[in-house]
Amino acid sequence: MNRRLALRWLGLGAAAPLVALSRRAAAQGTQEPEAQGLYDPFRVGRPQNRITDYENDPFIVGIETRIRCVCGCNLDVYTCRTTDFTCTTSPAMHREVVQLVEGGKTAQEILDTFIAEHGEMVLMAPKKEGFNLLAYFLPGTAVVMVGGILLWFLWKGRERAVAVQAAERVDLSGLSSEDRKRLEAELENLES
Amino acid sequence: MTILGQLALWIALLVSAWGTFVGFYGGLTRRRELIASARRATYVLCGLAMVAAAGLLVAILKHDFNVAYVASYTSRDLPTVYLLSAFYGGQSGSMLFWVLVLSIFASLAQWLTSRKYEYLLPFVAGVTSAVTLFFVATMLFSANPFARLAFTPADGQGLNPQLQNPGMVVHPPMLYLGYISITIPFAFAVAALMSRRLDTGWLHAIRKWTIVSWLFLSIGITLGMWWAYVELGWGGYWAWDPVENASFLPWLTMTAFLHSVMIQEKRGMLKKWNMVLISLSFFLSIFGTFITRSGIISSVHSFAQSSVGYYFLGGLIALVLGMAWLLYTRLPMLESESHLESMVSREASFLFNNLILVGIAFSVLWGTIFPVISEVVRGHQVTVGPPFFNQVNIPLGLALLALTGIGPLIAWRKASVGNLRRQFAVPVALGGIAAVVVTAIGMGHFYAILTISLAVFVTATILQEFVRGVGARHRLHGENVAQALVRLVGRNRRRYGGYVVHLGIVTYFVAFTGQAFKVDREASLKPGDSVEVASPWGHTYTFTHLGVSQYDQLNRLVSAASVEVAKDGKRVGVMSSEKRQHFTCEVPTRPCPDQMRRKSFEPSTEAGIRSDLQEDIYIVYAGSVEGTEEAVYRFTINPLVWWLWYGGFVLVAGGVITLWPGTTVRATRQGDTQGGYAAQIVESKGA
Repeated sequence: MNRRLALRWLGLGAAAPLVALSRRAAAQGTQEPEAQGLYDPFRVGRPQNRITDYENDPFIVGIETRIRCVCGCNLDVYTCRTTDFTCTTSPAMHREVVQLVEGGKTAQEILDTFIAEHGEMVLMAPKKEGFNLLAYFLPGTAVVMVGGILLWFLWKGRERAVAVQAAERVDLSGLSSEDRKRLEAELENLES
Repeated sequence: MTILGQLALWIALLVSAWGTFVGFYGGLTRRRELIASARRATYVLCGLAMVAAAGLLVAILKHDFNVAYVASYTSRDLPTVYLLSAFYGGQSGSMLFWVLVLSIFASLAQWLTSRKYEYLLPFVAGVTSAVTLFFVATMLFSANPFARLAFTPADGQGLNPQLQNPGMVVHPPMLYLGYISITIPFAFAVAALMSRRLDTGWLHAIRKWTIVSWLFLSIGITLGMWWAYVELGWGGYWAWDPVENASFLPWLTMTAFLHSVMIQEKRGMLKKWNMVLISLSFFLSIFGTFITRSGIISSVHSFAQSSVGYYFLGGLIALVLGMAWLLYTRLPMLESESHLESMVSREASFLFNNLILVGIAFSVLWGTIFPVISEVVRGHQVTVGPPFFNQVNIPLGLALLALTGIGPLIAWRKASVGNLRRQFAVPVALGGIAAVVVTAIGMGHFYAILTISLAVFVTATILQEFVRGVGARHRLHGENVAQALVRLVGRNRRRYGGYVVHLGIVTYFVAFTGQAFKVDREASLKPGDSVEVASPWGHTYTFTHLGVSQYDQLNRLVSAASVEVAKDGKRVGVMSSEKRQHFTCEVPTRPCPDQMRRKSFEPSTEAGIRSDLQEDIYIVYAGSVEGTEEAVYRFTINPLVWWLWYGGFVLVAGGVITLWPGTTVRATRQGDTQGGYAAQIVESKGA
């Protein structure tokens, strides 16, 4: 074996483990990654469940935004379960919604189920019936009524102002056409 | 130092009682020595409040945990900036802060008010001293910031993690400054009523104060929205929460007042209404404190609750009754000097603006207290949440936006068809084109289309005003555009500053439309896993989970989950969202040994946010699956949020322009010389 051949074999021998390592690394790269354990799992709060299609289902989310979480946080179930990760009430309410959807209930039936369990307070907005109508219609009615009174005053005031203007009218008959044009232009532009 | 602070509060109680008496009595009898004494009492109160505040601050900074307040709201590991914010982070501290700021404002009002309005000042001193008396008494008898514990704990409980945010360092003081400064215009209103000097003098005296109050409220509310957005982690900035509503209410009535006061200055109208508005603003600022403090209505923002709220309720009822009586006895002096001449006029437009602002205020107040009313009437509470407020207020808000464009351009007294055409033809056309364009590109949300259309209309009206003003100066004085713009704004800061404020408001409305197109997606990802989320602008975001790292930082243990973000296949960068577990140390040593760490509060969440002009990427790390690096995320694409903060800057810029000292063209009343050819002609012909 000459010296050149010996060096070639030596080079191949050194490269072989590297090639094997790189192939192994490439093979590992295509495998499903395994989640490592956290150094201290307690720092991240309550363990979470894997997300399923239900969590992102617009129908379920739509219902959950209409139901209040009863933990006292003031948020709807969807917002609470995706925000307040210490709350255990909203995930439980979410599971109940999922169960009811799986059971073939309609949105209204699901809402009625929650009302039966927790009372009307569980809805994020009061039902439009009975005493609650006052909540919905009083502000609008008040604005319209006050607006009506305002219009009435406007009309009354206008009549009075027209009468005053008539009494104080200035005779502009002697005005030249140039002056009249300037006067009209300026009155037009009389702003603050 | 705390003993000195406590003593200062007791002396302040006596001085404020004296100031109240000599203020009102001296004002009514016009006795010079009493009037001077009332003024001195105001300055002395300011000094005493400073001493008391210094006492509490020193106790906080020196970690004097024998003081109950210091032990409840601070800890040794709390960063210094949050030690300072702990001063107003709790019940009694915030009340002391209130007294401090009020006494400074009261002294400034005495010091800076023109001697022309000297006749009002004793009554102003009386009112500010009375309000100070109320707060000091409430503190001393119910929420004493200097109350001591029977023992001295090694460390305090620390500040709520949600309050450990830069936003919370500035948001509460700004809001407080807004609330508290309303006391000054209110005091002048009471002074005008008591002195029976109900001309426009008191309005001129409070002009800057009202703008200052309004500006602080605006900044406070906007910073509150920012804090809620970055800190609470739900991906929104306004939830119609009772405490948010409580801050919004005085803002609405102050906004109405800022507009209606122009009608009184110009036409001598709406005198009673203006008195009602400024009183209402003050009452609502107290009501806001009552809601925050009483816990009668539950809120995510209520960080301190006690019986103090009922002191506020009692004080509020007394205030309303007292003011109603005062107003009733002065009604004949508050008759209008002129009348509305047309429904198509600036006065009418401002009146409708007032009607809508007060209408919104009423609907927000009504929705906020309706659960309590329902409980009283029907025996059970109902929930009045965002769906209710949005349904009731969006149409009113849009009407208000339209009036923002109409009001400033329509003529005083009576607008002619020519005036309307000249002022509104181009803006209406542009607004219409905007509606067609956004509909054509697929915006399918009715209110969003209407908002964009109105926003374009209002912006066009404002720009038109600037263009015309600059053009006129260019023609008349030969100034270049920059010179003409600066001088135009400089010569009438109130008007053009107001336009800039309106631009800020328009920007807010544009930002609000983004909420109609928000996209949320939850996903649990192992390291290396990806999820795609489509944005309303048509982009596709790919989020790849990189892993969770855990480390110590300041007074907390941090778990940071990171994702690599790609937009339409192009790498954007790495974003992180954190879980923070705060702790206190059982021994006063640094760094704290692991075994001495005691968990304080539940883990809090820090959202990862990346903003651009189109949309925000908002990432929340919810936690991990079975204690592994498999992370549960909520990804939110939040359109146009950046515009909200930008609108805030524009609004503040407008406010500062309006407030900037210098010569301004004072509003003139009918009958005063308005200048101009028309007035001269009419005058000469009339003569």
